[in-house]
Amino acid sequence: MVMSNNTEKKEFVITVFSENKVGLLGQITSIFTYHNVNIESLTTSESAIAGIHKFTIVVCETPERVERMVKQVEKRVDILKAFVYEPEDVVMQEIALYKVALHKNVEQLVRRYQLRILEISDDYIVIEKTGHKNETAELFEELKPYGVYQFVRSGSIAVVKSRRELLDEYLEHMNQLRERLENESSNN
Amino acid sequence: MNEKRLMTGGEAMLEVLFREGVDTIFGYPGGGIMPFYNSLYDYTDRIRHILMRHEQGCVHAAQGYARTSGRVGVCVVTSGPGATNTITGLADAMLDSTPIVVISGQVPLSLLGSDAFQEVNFVGLSQVVTKWTCQIKHASEIADVMARAFYIARSGRPGPVSIDFTKNAQQELVELNYKPLNFIRGYVPSPEPDMEQIKEAARLINSAKKPMALVGQGVTLAGAEKALDEFLRKSGVPAGATMLGLSAIPSDHPQYLGMLGMHGCYAANIKNEDCDLLIALGMRFDDRVTCAVNKYALNAKVVHLEIDPAEINKIIKADAPVLGNLAETLPLLTEAIETRQHNEWMNELKEANQEEYEKVIKGALHPTEGYIKMGEVINAVSTAYGDNAVLVTDVGQQQLMATRYFRFRSPRSVVTSGGLGTMGFGLPAAIGAKLGTPERDVCLFVGDGGLQMTIQELTTILQTEVDVKIILLNNFYLGNVRQWQEMFFDHRYSFTDLIDPDFELVAKANKIGYTCVEKREDLAAAVAEMKASKGAFLLEVRVEREDNVLPMVAPGAGVGDMMLEYKK
Repeated sequence: MVMSNNTEKKEFVITVFSENKVGLLGQITSIFTYHNVNIESLTTSESAIAGIHKFTIVVCETPERVERMVKQVEKRVDILKAFVYEPEDVVMQEIALYKVALHKNVEQLVRRYQLRILEISDDYIVIEKTGHKNETAELFEELKPYGVYQFVRSGSIAVVKSRRELLDEYLEHMNQLRERLENESSNN
Repeated sequence: MNEKRLMTGGEAMLEVLFREGVDTIFGYPGGGIMPFYNSLYDYTDRIRHILMRHEQGCVHAAQGYARTSGRVGVCVVTSGPGATNTITGLADAMLDSTPIVVISGQVPLSLLGSDAFQEVNFVGLSQVVTKWTCQIKHASEIADVMARAFYIARSGRPGPVSIDFTKNAQQELVELNYKPLNFIRGYVPSPEPDMEQIKEAARLINSAKKPMALVGQGVTLAGAEKALDEFLRKSGVPAGATMLGLSAIPSDHPQYLGMLGMHGCYAANIKNEDCDLLIALGMRFDDRVTCAVNKYALNAKVVHLEIDPAEINKIIKADAPVLGNLAETLPLLTEAIETRQHNEWMNELKEANQEEYEKVIKGALHPTEGYIKMGEVINAVSTAYGDNAVLVTDVGQQQLMATRYFRFRSPRSVVTSGGLGTMGFGLPAAIGAKLGTPERDVCLFVGDGGLQMTIQELTTILQTEVDVKIILLNNFYLGNVRQWQEMFFDHRYSFTDLIDPDFELVAKANKIGYTCVEKREDLAAAVAEMKASKGAFLLEVRVEREDNVLPMVAPGAGVGDMMLEYKK
């Protein structure tokens, strides 16, 4: 990873691949705590590779500190690999849900923003919006005058702009190493 | 070889230890680990158990054992307080890259998470101070978990592993199928050497005019002492050692300058600015080495040979990082460099050290009047043992003095708490150090403060008859803090003045030989008496109360501002 050599804080998207084992999330977050860095958002899910988990973490930090933390994360046993991206290197998305009062102006907003309606009851409506944080935040401001009962926004999820997971190279390398070690031990 | 028979989890654990070649364990029994101890009763012909007097002692002893033997130190304690008492040692082993496995009891699975008696979330608690931690919930997991534990502790950059062993897992019956491990998909212990990196490092070394090598513990951990010597001889590069790197290079090596850092040798610090190349060998640029980072290596490029990628660019940016195990990378680098001599530069450095000798060392080692100085005691002991004893220290002035003035001829001869700076480390670590290398003499330097932190381990010596020579440099102060209070806090000696117990009575109570020296003319005889004594010995030396460790780089200052003298 090549990083500009400045000490200015900026947004980074960190993806971490791990074995599917108990306690790894705690290990990752404690490294951020140790460096006194606030996690802006964090999501975890299965990756495209069976049995391998993927964490997507967004932080606002200096490149040096991000590099240092990511190396510490990668060092933990059962963490396979971690990658750092600037937002323009990845396709990112978030989802937000709004529970709002029924109001005639809400319909206009639904049309204007092309929102999905998940549920309608006698006194509220649940709206879904996907988009970047600034977009979901903008809608929140627009809905505010009509009464937002509940609001929730997911963490960022991201895929890289290359075709395959960058993890593949690491896994291939480790598989070769395993085979080599197994051959060595069966020859002895 | 795996027997097809059922055994308890406790016995299975002992079988694993035996097959991993563990001959000594340091432990303390209790409710949560009792089934294991019950099995241990049948294993005393194969595994020696050292009953320490506190769990902190267990873990420090395991560290001492690991440091001198190069093998994994093992410590067994009970759940709850037994486990939490090992935290300091785990953190210490983490910072100093010491391979240990701590096995702590845990309440049965049925009680987990219920705030049961002596229950503590030890996996959660130990995670941040260990290389790896894991809970064994059933006896069927013992083989896999322990194979991982030993592999992780000893491979790559070594470190501590803690294993939380539930009581039900100790009792369940299991057929053990044990196979040591050498591969984990999510763990790269040692990056493979990259010839491009080595070539670039060689290019910088070949073109350097004033290079300096910084020898760290990585050399010892890789067993690369011979490779280091060959590199130094071919490159002609002068070398200093970090506190933990001491003894990786013999003290009388013609290119050796001395220890690096805050209280290290004058040349390595004062000439840092003149260096055009630093060659870091298995060291991590600790702040006690670099002092003010923004004044460190201002004109030098940096070659950094290191096994742990997380250390590259962490503190000092590397112009040429070389990842890998030093046992592999160092010979490749030696191969790639040209034969050089740096006589002029070497002389320049030796001159700076000569100035230190005149202004500091001569007075510290060979004073002719006044009270006994710490330095002269260390010099006397080192000499008495032909400069070939294992040095163990506690933390404080005696540590700084001993690491400055003790001399080394063979590897793995220094056991000290470098990273964490754990007072109380010395005595239990010395017990472990001696058991890790029974054929060598082990000399512990300790202050009156540090000795009292783990003084109960004198009774471990009484019970196990471990032959440790303890040199108590007594100034009736918490000396290092007092020194800082004198120098940087306007002589305000806030709670550093100690009233000590009668150490003669303490030694006698533990049936340990004892003598006390207050006069210079009695020192040599007392050291000889200690050396001639059979078994452990406590030599108390009453030293000058307000002696300061010099030279020194003041906190916040750069290495170039190292002071040789301090006017009281």
